[in-house]
Amino acid sequence: MHSTAILFLEFGAVLLGLGILGALAMRVGISPIPLYLVAGLAFGQGGILPLATSEEFISVGAELGVILLLLTLGLEYNADELVTSLKGNARAGVVDLVLNAAPGAVAALLLGWGPVAAVAMAGVTYATSSGITAKVLSDLGWIGNRETPVVLSLLVFEDLTMAVYLPILTAMLAGVSFVGGAVTVGIALATVSVVLLLALRYGRLIEAFISSPNSEVLLLKLVGLALLVAGVAQQLQVSAAVGAFLVGIAVSGELAEDAQALLTPLRDLFAAVFFVFFGLQTDPTKIGPVAGLAALLALVSMVTKLLTGAYAARRAGIAKAGRARAGIALIPRGEFNIVIAGLAVAAGVHPDLGPLAAAYVLILAAFGPLAARLVQPLITAIAKRT
Amino acid sequence: MEVEQTALPGIGLRHEFTTRSGRRIGIVSHRTGRRDLVIYDPADPDRACETIKLNDEEADALCELLGAPRIVQRLNALHREVEGLVSLQLPILSGTPYAGRPMGDARVRTRTGASIVAVVRAGQVFASPGPDFVFTDGDVVVVVGSPESTAAVADILTNG
Repeated sequence: MHSTAILFLEFGAVLLGLGILGALAMRVGISPIPLYLVAGLAFGQGGILPLATSEEFISVGAELGVILLLLTLGLEYNADELVTSLKGNARAGVVDLVLNAAPGAVAALLLGWGPVAAVAMAGVTYATSSGITAKVLSDLGWIGNRETPVVLSLLVFEDLTMAVYLPILTAMLAGVSFVGGAVTVGIALATVSVVLLLALRYGRLIEAFISSPNSEVLLLKLVGLALLVAGVAQQLQVSAAVGAFLVGIAVSGELAEDAQALLTPLRDLFAAVFFVFFGLQTDPTKIGPVAGLAALLALVSMVTKLLTGAYAARRAGIAKAGRARAGIALIPRGEFNIVIAGLAVAAGVHPDLGPLAAAYVLILAAFGPLAARLVQPLITAIAKRT
Repeated sequence: MEVEQTALPGIGLRHEFTTRSGRRIGIVSHRTGRRDLVIYDPADPDRACETIKLNDEEADALCELLGAPRIVQRLNALHREVEGLVSLQLPILSGTPYAGRPMGDARVRTRTGASIVAVVRAGQVFASPGPDFVFTDGDVVVVVGSPESTAAVADILTNG
């Protein structure tokens, strides 16, 4: 058979499979991300149905998926919100960072994986999935709740932290000497600061450039700019994803809404491909030995997220039931954690890091929304009684 | 009554207040234009026990139902209190002589002694309109006066 034909057959089968899994997830009311990961595991090396020719194509699609994920994430925020959120929630944000980065870092150090893996694992356990959490909030009707702004500002804080963290991680993963590493980190941080400053100061100019009444032109300009900036960022050892995120932040208001509407279907397609790709890279037979460890890590970081949520909500004057809900809403892990693990796996940090991260995210992406759904009536009942 | 405003990063804005009877209600304004009417749980005041999603049109309708007709209602209550005073709601239909013309052309007060106190247009109330206010099809004119004078206004607005 012609290789293009095989490529289409394989890629089509993968997408169709994801669609069916997504429908299943919607029916059960969970996030489809864990199912996409499982699908990737099944298609990859050592899986049930290894792919023959389309892996390279899927790998490029996965890169695009990460860029689109972060571009749309950046579009959700505008500069003012970021600044106010930083001012008002710095303390809760730092508590979030310390409490939730610790389990991953400590686990990596105890396993003797070395400092670079510790930094990567810190990121894997730190970031809540803004995508899954936002969906939980809206599905359960929690958007109107009074603890929700606290949860949302923690998410904003985490996303901003990621913009600083990802370049540092990328530089460390590049694995140069200490001095060389410091220089790379310096360049990376300087780039992020310059782009962020440009985005905040001259966002309007960028908007004027991108803006177009024609949706086709708008889409081409925005995706083109995001890819260009992502490429430059990659070249400077800043992660490509961060470049796209910063482009997203520069665009705000009505333009951001239009752009989001145009990009969402594209993003959904390529983000699903990204999750599959991560699964592809992970050997399912290696998950078994680390499953117990992943479950323990998941349990610990569930507790630390609950503490984080409770602390932040208490500072905002929320009663006990609301504090519990804030903690639960923060539990899901998803896209970012896989992005971080994906970077570490690509750099070959430790062979067990991929399977551990995959199992960990599988547990929390599936269990987080479920916990919120199950615990909601319980919290309400307790609140009613007292 | 104090209305509290909170930013919801990535979503929009929330306004909320507590009613005199102790219930807390709020409106979440999404950036997309969607409005959520939120009613808080009395037992757990941080939780929205009821969230009603409204699109632009529904939110406008709710707004009209809660706001504008109250003025007409107040007028009705007024003429019930004062004997001999009548308020009528008269529609301006297409084909009537004053559709598209300023109110001053009808010289209602001079000719009948009754007063036009308000015009309701698309659910919005224009209280005490001036003589240069231009009528359009579908306006509802609220007139106050004696039974005879208000009937005369009805005749003017339909027949000229």
